[in-house]
Amino acid sequence: MDRRLQFAFVLLCLGLLSSTARSDLVVSKAERLVDLNSHIVRVLSKLKVENEGPDDVSEVLLALPDAQAKNLAAIRTFYSDGKLGFVLPTEPIEPKGMPSDVTYYSIALPKKLGKGKTVSLDVLSIFTRSLKPFPEEITQAESQLVVYTDNMYYTSPYPVKYQSLVFRLPGRVESYTKYPKVELVKSELRYGPFEMQPAFSYSPVVVHFENNNPFAVANELVREIEISHWGNVRVTEQYTISHGGASLKNGFSRIEYQARPYMRGASSFRVLIAKLPARAHSVYYRDEIGNISTSHFWGDSQRTQLEIEPRFPIFGGWKTTFTIGYSLPLHDFLFEADGGKRVLNMTFGCPLDEVLVEKHIVKVVLPEGSKDITVATLFPTKQSEDVKYSHLDILGRPVVVLEKDNVVPEHNLYFQVYYKFNNISLLSEPMMLIVGIFLLFVACIVYMHTDLAISKTSSSYLEKLQWEEVQATVQHIKNIFDQYLAAHDKLESSLRDLSRSGDVQSCKAARKAADAQFKELAKELKPLLTFLQSCSQASSILPKIEELVTKEKEMQEKEMAKHTTVVDCFEKKLGGKDIESRIASQQQKLTSLKQEVESLLDSISEI
Amino acid sequence: MATSKVEGSSSLRHAFGGVLSVFILLLIGVVAFSIRLFSVIKYESVIHEFDPYFNYRVTQFLSKNGIYDFWNWFDDRTWYPLGRVIGGTVYPGLTLTAGTMWKLANSLNIPLSVETVCVFTAPIFSAFAAWATYLLTKEVKGPGAGITAAAILAMVPSYISRSVAGSYDNEAVAIFALIFTFYLYIKTLNTGSLFYATLNSLAYFYMVCSWGGYTFIINLIPMHVLLCIVTGRYSSRLYIAYAPLVVLGTLLAALVPVVGFNAVMTSEHFGSFLVFIIIHVVALVYYIKGILTPRLFKVATTLVLTVGIAVCAVVVAILVALVASSPTKGWSGRSLSLLDPTYASKYIPIIASVSEHQPPTWPSYFMDINVLAFLVPAGIVACFLPLSDASSFAVLYLVTSVYFSGVMVRLMLVLAPAACIMSGIALSEAFGVLTRSMKFHITKYFECSHTEAPAKLGESTSTESSAPLENMTKSDTTEKPEVARKEKVARRKQKKEKELTENAHVKPVSAKKEKRPLVLPLEASIVSVFLLIVLGGLYVLHCVWAAAEAYSAPSIVLTSHSHDGLHVFDDFREAYAWLRHNTEVDDKVASWWDYGYQTTAMANRTVIVDNNTWNNTHIATVGTAMSSPEKAAWEIFNSLDVKYVLVVFGGLVGYPSDDINKFLWMVRIGGGVFPHIKEADYLKDGQYRVDAQATHTMLNCLMYKLSYYRFVETDGKGFDRVRRYEIGKKHFKLTHFEEVFTTHHWMVRIYKLKPQKNRIRGKSRKSKLGSKSTSSKSGGMTHKNPWN
Repeated sequence: MDRRLQFAFVLLCLGLLSSTARSDLVVSKAERLVDLNSHIVRVLSKLKVENEGPDDVSEVLLALPDAQAKNLAAIRTFYSDGKLGFVLPTEPIEPKGMPSDVTYYSIALPKKLGKGKTVSLDVLSIFTRSLKPFPEEITQAESQLVVYTDNMYYTSPYPVKYQSLVFRLPGRVESYTKYPKVELVKSELRYGPFEMQPAFSYSPVVVHFENNNPFAVANELVREIEISHWGNVRVTEQYTISHGGASLKNGFSRIEYQARPYMRGASSFRVLIAKLPARAHSVYYRDEIGNISTSHFWGDSQRTQLEIEPRFPIFGGWKTTFTIGYSLPLHDFLFEADGGKRVLNMTFGCPLDEVLVEKHIVKVVLPEGSKDITVATLFPTKQSEDVKYSHLDILGRPVVVLEKDNVVPEHNLYFQVYYKFNNISLLSEPMMLIVGIFLLFVACIVYMHTDLAISKTSSSYLEKLQWEEVQATVQHIKNIFDQYLAAHDKLESSLRDLSRSGDVQSCKAARKAADAQFKELAKELKPLLTFLQSCSQASSILPKIEELVTKEKEMQEKEMAKHTTVVDCFEKKLGGKDIESRIASQQQKLTSLKQEVESLLDSISEI
Repeated sequence: MATSKVEGSSSLRHAFGGVLSVFILLLIGVVAFSIRLFSVIKYESVIHEFDPYFNYRVTQFLSKNGIYDFWNWFDDRTWYPLGRVIGGTVYPGLTLTAGTMWKLANSLNIPLSVETVCVFTAPIFSAFAAWATYLLTKEVKGPGAGITAAAILAMVPSYISRSVAGSYDNEAVAIFALIFTFYLYIKTLNTGSLFYATLNSLAYFYMVCSWGGYTFIINLIPMHVLLCIVTGRYSSRLYIAYAPLVVLGTLLAALVPVVGFNAVMTSEHFGSFLVFIIIHVVALVYYIKGILTPRLFKVATTLVLTVGIAVCAVVVAILVALVASSPTKGWSGRSLSLLDPTYASKYIPIIASVSEHQPPTWPSYFMDINVLAFLVPAGIVACFLPLSDASSFAVLYLVTSVYFSGVMVRLMLVLAPAACIMSGIALSEAFGVLTRSMKFHITKYFECSHTEAPAKLGESTSTESSAPLENMTKSDTTEKPEVARKEKVARRKQKKEKELTENAHVKPVSAKKEKRPLVLPLEASIVSVFLLIVLGGLYVLHCVWAAAEAYSAPSIVLTSHSHDGLHVFDDFREAYAWLRHNTEVDDKVASWWDYGYQTTAMANRTVIVDNNTWNNTHIATVGTAMSSPEKAAWEIFNSLDVKYVLVVFGGLVGYPSDDINKFLWMVRIGGGVFPHIKEADYLKDGQYRVDAQATHTMLNCLMYKLSYYRFVETDGKGFDRVRRYEIGKKHFKLTHFEEVFTTHHWMVRIYKLKPQKNRIRGKSRKSKLGSKSTSSKSGGMTHKNPWN
């Protein structure tokens, strides 16, 4: 406390010294509304600035004590000229001849402020970590009390004519700085109005009140936005969430948490709500040990909402990690820009409600082969580049890394990434796969058709060669026998034709042809047989083939005999029954021979 | 023109057959993989149960730190304060396999997480196992049986139970290694190729790397070799199949750190060495027989026999003396309990306490191998017609695995491939016979119409002429398939035994004459085929049901169906996540050993004991602490540096495998080392109970108190939904522990050891006296706290 007093004293002295040193602006009215509902403190200052000096003024200075400035997450000035409202640039500056210990921000006015004119400005400043839990440790049943400290007067480098201060509080107030001009109405604590305060007036005000709203702090959030030009934007968010409020003492009792709602642990939070972009799909929610099953998801064409429950309720000082991932349709976020560029338009911040992100890292993974990458953001960030390898990449995908500390929901603004990308590069990976598989097949074919034996003279190699030759020969022999069988079939069919048409001549011709073919085939067969006989490897098959040859010869004889008998019978005009009885025995033998030949062929083909 | 057509069609048929069987095998692989994905679809892609979490953690370490760090990894997160040398005590096959797969994927820039690779390792290897089964059965009984067996194995519930996606355990790859080793052994036996023999040793090495069950291989193969020798089937192929395996295999096995010198020192391997000696003697005898005349050989035999028996007696005596001098007779506890099923329950409660080491019940056979149990006998019969080296191996494999599965329910897994091979053989033979008879009847029908047609057209009178013809063809064609089959078998033999070709090709001729064909009536065969298809369909239905319902639960996430839909119990991970994020990195967590692996893997906290039950005393210490009263337990835990105690409690939601139900094992194991813990103190009239009639000791032990602390406040009565009664002691306070976390369904409760209170002179003495009088049963304080 004494440091603060000291600081106030310094401020006062400096203020007295310098109040006249700088410009002739006067704040004619300053109304401050401090929203203490969540753990992110939002201060809205409605200012009316009047130029009492002779010169035109183009900038207005804001001042924040350093103690507050270090907690400042964002500052924004809204200006309205009757119809249109817009945001004025607000930059930190270090003006000369002004008291130190104070951080200054300059607002550039849209048009110069002439003598005697006034301008209305709404300044929204957002502070984090400004609510200090007091006491710092509470049990599960207690509710959380926090302390907020501020300046009762509006800190300004200009004199303030009229000002007031309102604290909007979430609940019960434990205590507050007593002052004559103070009133507590419902959940609002009003100080003021104060009139005619000099520049840099300071008087501390402290509010000690109950705040059980979730103090959800993401110690680190890594958002990875991966773009696929096949039509998808994949967002993966890795959170480390902790409770920034008063820490829990004496352990956690489930029975009290479950059975007694009033002792539920008012300061803890169980649910976080993520507002995702519309048409988000393929959502997952997990941590390093698997899926977390407690979540609800609903959405319509306007928005998508994901309600996630960490594995356990988060009490003060507790911490957990999890990952949320979802996919978005590409055409909602990627657009064509000038000069053949593409532009990705995404929100920067974290989709969770009222979460303060201490370290926010956004990684935009662009497709492989993207060039000329530029980033446009509405607030300063630390930018760097990286490369990510995934899904068969060769060169890697360019990654834009944006880092920013102390990110609040107000930072949930759009940012743009411009880059050049050639659509042909889309095909490179499928082509690579196709070529790879093709080469694999080629390699297989080459392997099957090349002789990889090291020693061409070794006995086993020669044996193998011979064996292959034997196999080829056997195959050839088989083919010949198949032709034999076909010839037999032809003869049979000629006989059938005969029985139908009685054309003896054609039948005889068929026999002649078959006979010729048999001779031809026998001629063909001979060298093959001699080769097999000469081969030592063929010794196992040879007997079978020899048997086959003899059987086949027998069969030919029988077939011819049968044929001639039938033809003779026909010539003699004998009845069908007679023919049947004559050839019956031959027929029987023939069939059995045919069976044998076929089974032998089968057995040979299996070698 | 016709000839070329015939030629083309036959070669086309062959090519088509080849392509078809490759395609079928591919589909079998897909089925084997996808039937195991129920767990991912119904639950999530997550590692299951207990041991897989350890394997997952080891794989993570391997992928992060590389192979050399892995071999030297001393894990200080477990068995505090002893630690564990992971590299030297773990079968590295599984982790190395998954690590290699992960590395391969990552080197191709395919971003797979280690977890994903681990989850899908088991299904991938199931597909490999199905293909290996095809190869093995093909060697035994032909490709038809091979494909059938592969299809059956792809979905046998017994194997599914161990290899669903997420079940990342040694067995997942070991079954593939087992079948593949057997395949290579049979292949070597059939071909006599040294190339396959070398591959066989490598496959055996992989098996040794992956699973302690490799002793099954190194005992089964020698048994088969012995069987072959005894039945007079010795051949040089047998020698090539066996001798390199023993020499190379043992050398390679000794390279695996966890096996090391056990490969030559323990009794599990002695059988193989003995058979190794025997096969050399037999080889020598055959060689000498070849070079000596029969008379001289006889003389030599008698000479060698007398000397040999004397030497053998001496060697056997030395061996027996050596083995007998060691306390466990050189056998490890698990192996001994295989040989003597009652061994574990008598001597090692820690082995007996594991449910998967219990003998199975009949329903579990039906559950795990279903209709295969009925097909197996048929398969055995088929293997004996005719008996070859390979089929005798299959029979031997089946018989031994049936015995082992009867001892330990876990070894049902070894039975499954054997049962699949046998059933595959049985089904394929049955289909062979039935379709052959159907084909015969159909071709007969066609031939009938063929012969009738010309007769009718040509001569109107010759209607009955077809009758003799029909008979004739019938007898012939009936003869044909049977003959062909006989021949086929003979031919296969011929191929195998090239030296016996002369004999072999005489055989079919003689067989042809004698054998009468087996042809069933058309109707009967159609009905049987239909019934077999129905049987197969039932099997498939059962397998899918088992995969989807019975074996897919990851056991860390429980679900129940109630009237308002699915209810998920994710308490374990809730607790582990809490420990992970909200305790100090170096805090020690004590729990029963079941949860050790999960705690180290999911919560990343140091545990006192885990599922690798290598130190019985340490486990007994935790058991003793759990069964001691609060103060004594606090002292034990405090001496072990424990900060948190984790208990699993199912009483609120009715989760039966909680710590109260396991508690008697803690008492037994604790009492086995620290005799002041007596099982009888916890039992009321021999009954284990925690209701009002429970003993005083029971109601005051730490486990009871931690489980039921403030439980009565949930419903006012303290009704335990697992035990189905009200608990005995309802209102009590904890003095040395404080509750820090309880999960949503109370399934996991975490307590913190309270710091020691400042000593107030008068008070402390009083309380000390009090505690002494209540715990008067303790004989000596020295026993009570083994670490002080």
